[in-house]
Amino acid sequence: MANSRQRVGMEGSIAIAEAVRLANADVIAAYPITPQTHIVERLAEMVANGELDAEYIPVESEHSAMSACLGSAAVGARTFTATAGQGLELMHEVLYVASSMRLPIVMAVADRALSAPLSVWGDHSDAMAVRDTGWIQIFAENAQEAHDLVLWAFRVGEDPSVLFPVMVHIDGFNLSHVTEPVLIRDQADVNRFLPPNRYPLPLHPDRPVTMGAFGPPAIYTEAKKAQEVAFENTKPFILKAWEEFEKIFGPRYSPVETYKAEDAETLLLTMGSLSETASLAVDKMRAEGKRVGLVRIRLWRPFPFAEIRQALSRAKTVIVFDRSISFGGPGGPVFSEIKAALYGQPAQPRVVGLIGGLGGRDVTPSDFEYMVNRGNEIAQKGSPAESEMIGVRE
Amino acid sequence: MAELTWRDLNIGNIITDPGNAGSYCTGDWRTDRPVRDQSKCNKCGLCWIYCPEAAIYPTEDGLFETNLFYCKGCGICAAECPKSVITMVEEKE
Repeated sequence: MANSRQRVGMEGSIAIAEAVRLANADVIAAYPITPQTHIVERLAEMVANGELDAEYIPVESEHSAMSACLGSAAVGARTFTATAGQGLELMHEVLYVASSMRLPIVMAVADRALSAPLSVWGDHSDAMAVRDTGWIQIFAENAQEAHDLVLWAFRVGEDPSVLFPVMVHIDGFNLSHVTEPVLIRDQADVNRFLPPNRYPLPLHPDRPVTMGAFGPPAIYTEAKKAQEVAFENTKPFILKAWEEFEKIFGPRYSPVETYKAEDAETLLLTMGSLSETASLAVDKMRAEGKRVGLVRIRLWRPFPFAEIRQALSRAKTVIVFDRSISFGGPGGPVFSEIKAALYGQPAQPRVVGLIGGLGGRDVTPSDFEYMVNRGNEIAQKGSPAESEMIGVRE
Repeated sequence: MAELTWRDLNIGNIITDPGNAGSYCTGDWRTDRPVRDQSKCNKCGLCWIYCPEAAIYPTEDGLFETNLFYCKGCGICAAECPKSVITMVEEKE
């Protein structure tokens, strides 16, 4: 970059590749898949051109990609991969191994719908299918945030008090393929923010260790208890890394973000890039005198219960917008999480679940206006269904 | 191992004394015990070769014995022995 203080137009995918370059990753093991391909394609170029001194391992599948990442992280190498949709599903079993072995891999996921029917377009089905795998999961709203959160992900994941893998989610196409102005962070600043990776017990011939041993019934429960406690305890270090980020780079990030929510009676709740679209609808309805606001979840795992309860406590109605379905379940995954977070709380806003934006279907500001109106209608009159899909041709 | 609490485990359950699986008594799994009639043994060593747990070892006089700390009682040695040296007997105690 000629001038690091200047914003440059680039895809969200390239902004992520630039962050991996600044983080000076040691190993990238990845398999291309739409809409993630541009990330690893650019990284392969960087390695080939000598812009990034890393091992690039072109594997034969996503299952192999994540497996190679395990080995790389186990020796203490800074490790990155990226995937989407079906690729994330093919990794599924290895995702649990990464988190349970406490290997701080960073992975960008350009969220994509799941087959069938075959769809390369965006929604959150892939992210929700892996929400219980024990990874820290964060959703970026724009390309700048994607760039910043990848740097943050290395810092948090490799923190000796954390040691968990981190997924940075960007909406497929909406972020991966859209050109936006991005401020590439300064290398000296990144070096101050991101200390070298010091994995405490790496594989090394001088100090042999056994990793991935089997856990008979006498020890498995203790292993899972230790993992869950450690995962719950990541929260202060997640927040601390954002404080450090703010000191060095300026922007302030938080687990939950609000927009015009202070005195709002009705709150829209979203995740990912469509939050910016929703804010346009909020602006329009505010201009019409409607007390509407927006809450956006950035940190999905560990789930920010305290921040969500605080953000929603004063609203009358919360309208949750999901981009995936839990078939036969209690509405969309975000919706059921919000209901669970509010259960038993003194303040109980009515919570309405709406599902849309599936498989790349556009969601416009007027769609969000419709959601506010329809959501308030359901909140008042009730609905026989747990949740409702919007924008369906009847 | 049963005494370890969740607080005692290393990060990611990493084991810092590799090879400690040797202290794990798989003999507890056994329901049938191999009993030998050494007078029939021709010292061919097939039981030793076939044991999937390497629980059989040669003795100084060329015969073979079973390490019952590891023997799971699968009975492969008894099935493979051409001289019917080994009989599988139910564990009673």
